[in-house]
Amino acid sequence: MKSVIKGTGYILVHTPDMVLHNGTTQTTERIVNPDGEYLKELPKHIRTYEEALSYWPNQVYIGNKTPQELAAVEQPWYDKTCDMNDRFGRFGQIMPQEEFILLMQACDVFELIYLDKDFVAAHKGELAANPLIDETIMARINEGVDKAEVERLVKEEHSEGLYNKGVLVGAVNRAHDIDTNLSAHVMLENIVSKASSVLSLLAAVHNAGIAKSEVEYVVDCCEEACGDMNQRGGGNFAKAAAEIAGLTGATGSDCRGFCAGPSHAIVEAAALVAAGAYKTVVVTAGGCTAKLGMNGKDHVKKGMPILEDCLGGFAVVITQNDGVNPEINLDILGRHTVGTGSAPQAVISSLVTDPLDRAGLKVTDVDKFSPEMQNPDITKPAGAGDVPLANYKMIAALSVKRGDIQRADMMKFIAEHGMTGWAPTQGHIPSGVPCLGFVRDNMLKGNIHRVMVIGKGSLFLGRMTNLFDGVSFMVEANDGKKEEAGVSEDAVKSLIAKAMKDFANTLLAQEEKK
Amino acid sequence: MDLENQKRVKEFAEKYGPENVVVLLGASEGEASGLAAETVTNGDPTYAGPLTGVQLGLKVYHVCEPEIKKEFDPEVYDKNVGMMEMVLDVDDISNEMKPIRDQYCKF
Repeated sequence: MKSVIKGTGYILVHTPDMVLHNGTTQTTERIVNPDGEYLKELPKHIRTYEEALSYWPNQVYIGNKTPQELAAVEQPWYDKTCDMNDRFGRFGQIMPQEEFILLMQACDVFELIYLDKDFVAAHKGELAANPLIDETIMARINEGVDKAEVERLVKEEHSEGLYNKGVLVGAVNRAHDIDTNLSAHVMLENIVSKASSVLSLLAAVHNAGIAKSEVEYVVDCCEEACGDMNQRGGGNFAKAAAEIAGLTGATGSDCRGFCAGPSHAIVEAAALVAAGAYKTVVVTAGGCTAKLGMNGKDHVKKGMPILEDCLGGFAVVITQNDGVNPEINLDILGRHTVGTGSAPQAVISSLVTDPLDRAGLKVTDVDKFSPEMQNPDITKPAGAGDVPLANYKMIAALSVKRGDIQRADMMKFIAEHGMTGWAPTQGHIPSGVPCLGFVRDNMLKGNIHRVMVIGKGSLFLGRMTNLFDGVSFMVEANDGKKEEAGVSEDAVKSLIAKAMKDFANTLLAQEEKK
Repeated sequence: MDLENQKRVKEFAEKYGPENVVVLLGASEGEASGLAAETVTNGDPTYAGPLTGVQLGLKVYHVCEPEIKKEFDPEVYDKNVGMMEMVLDVDDISNEMKPIRDQYCKF
């Protein structure tokens, strides 16, 4: 049984105040250089919600524009207004901060978040009007507390403030007096991840057109860890988010691998479905406050707006082969092994050309490659270059070395088999998977047939190993053959009956010979 | 340059003596290479890390620069760096690296 991509969800959350208060570039600067120019300048570079809506890459992320349309827009993009500024797209939505703070409170099951009651009253109706948010989630919203109580919590109880337009509107309490793993800071990061994962799950399940009850398993592949001092990464974000999203028939688990996490998770989910363990598995990930404004210093220095002002989230619904949707071909997997080494050449070979060789395919047999799809508008001014383009150049250069293409055709290969990056720099979020919505669309239309998704992860950041990591998988257009789900009971009975009949006939024949 | 890497470079320079340390970069483009080179010679230009105001003056090269390429066994170099050499703008990287070495390198 093959597994197919039944639907995808892609969401962004515009969180300008979290850039200032929760992004690690800013929190670090507040410690080492509190009176510096950067912190003074920064607030002038924050975008409004409307500006974030009309930002080209954001409209691509939620599916209102395509990567092809984006590629036709001259870079940089931050100074251009997209002709589409809808907050809802075919893959998901761009949620404003007000609604998200309320959603965070709905996702808090330990009475850790206290919101100013005036803020709740002012914005509750907005969240209720969100088509993905149902009554069960709205019923979780408390009426809130007096502003003075919120202020007291932040001042006296080590709570983390939640701000909106520069005003304190809520507090996230610590969940333990001593345990740093349950500090207010960690709880805020984890509830943000959970809430954005919930929104991604809701979008994906809705887009896949399935009932929530059909989801049997959820795999979370974000880069946060939840647990206490006795089991720091105990988990389980997947089940926690599934609960709020109303996936009552699901359990789940967390899969981690830095930015390679989503690719690992999709391979695992596809394998679970292919093996028949579960019929419907959703891979999900919420966003990361720490990375908000990560390259802010360079953006401010260059007079640009802070482009890393949105949390990202995605979810992918993987089901049994329906004869229609694109298949995840588990026969063509690439993996960076312990012995691969960290030279870029070895990395790209292990992820791209080795699996193709095993399948008897050439690089040019793959219509599109989807490596790390970071938005170059964000990374180029920060000195990190155009990440997808760098990956495509490596694939092209390796293809030249192998003789698959001519050196003079490198740029042509990149234009034909590559895509321009559009995903926010939220670590795991841009890693390969942002393409899946468009891949599904284009395979259903018959425009493309084979796409390789490549996830890579910097494991050394965890200081447990110096190894690099990566995994790739192939998505292919469905060949239209619907498979039977295993052998039915009737079929087994008839097989046994036939075998017994054959056996009896053989015995009879032997008797007759005597 | 990553704060942790700055710390490690500083520790190596203290442990082995700055004259005995060569920093080899693999950054993907010129500006980032130049910034890293500046950090290990004249100090952290972003004033954020342990090398802020520390002028180590270390020898620093990008692995694609011809000066360092000739130090490698060509076969090993081709196997490990050949593909990246085709990808990177080596001239741009060299143009960023040379002036910094000329100005700040003490060895």
